[in-house]
Amino acid sequence: MDAAQALADLTEISSQIEAAVLFDASGAVQGSTLADEGKAQGLAEAAARLLERADAVRAEDVAVTQVEAALADGCVFVVRDDDRRIAATTVANPTVGLVFYDLKSCLRDAAGSGGAGAPDEKPKRRTRKKPDEA
Amino acid sequence: MKRRLLALLGFATGVLAGSVVLRRQFGKRRDRVEVYFDDGAMVSYTDGAVEASPLLDAARDALNAARS
Repeated sequence: MDAAQALADLTEISSQIEAAVLFDASGAVQGSTLADEGKAQGLAEAAARLLERADAVRAEDVAVTQVEAALADGCVFVVRDDDRRIAATTVANPTVGLVFYDLKSCLRDAAGSGGAGAPDEKPKRRTRKKPDEA
Repeated sequence: MKRRLLALLGFATGVLAGSVVLRRQFGKRRDRVEVYFDDGAMVSYTDGAVEASPLLDAARDALNAARS
């Protein structure tokens, strides 16, 4: 499944998510539900900044896996899995656990689309050739 | 009559004080941010805390970027 399909599934599944963007460790956008590329880049940059600042919260070398910021008029979620990241904005007072679950699923689905850091895909079923075809 | 009036006044004062306390407690939710770590730990900061400010600023930027 590619990033666009994973994001399309995400917004279809979760009505609480308004916008989502997939980006990598360098901040480059891999996919977004936002039509405007500038907005997608802006969301990715702000989310990367949020993660960076969250990393500085603890002095120990412990990685931040997810962040949730609850604001008066909406929430911001960021989930990190190795080099892959996903950020999303939601309505106010969403079901936090459900949003995190959906974002992690999306991140996993998008990772299955390929690339160096992608986990192994399910092996394709092979059909044996009949002796007379060989 | 006077006793009844005093009881009524006491009741009204109690209701008023209760509503003020409830409104202060639940009426205005403060912005907050929760950070989850790889080792299972989680920290939560509410708006007003020194640590919360840079995190909430970035979150507000993210929300504005998506909605602008």
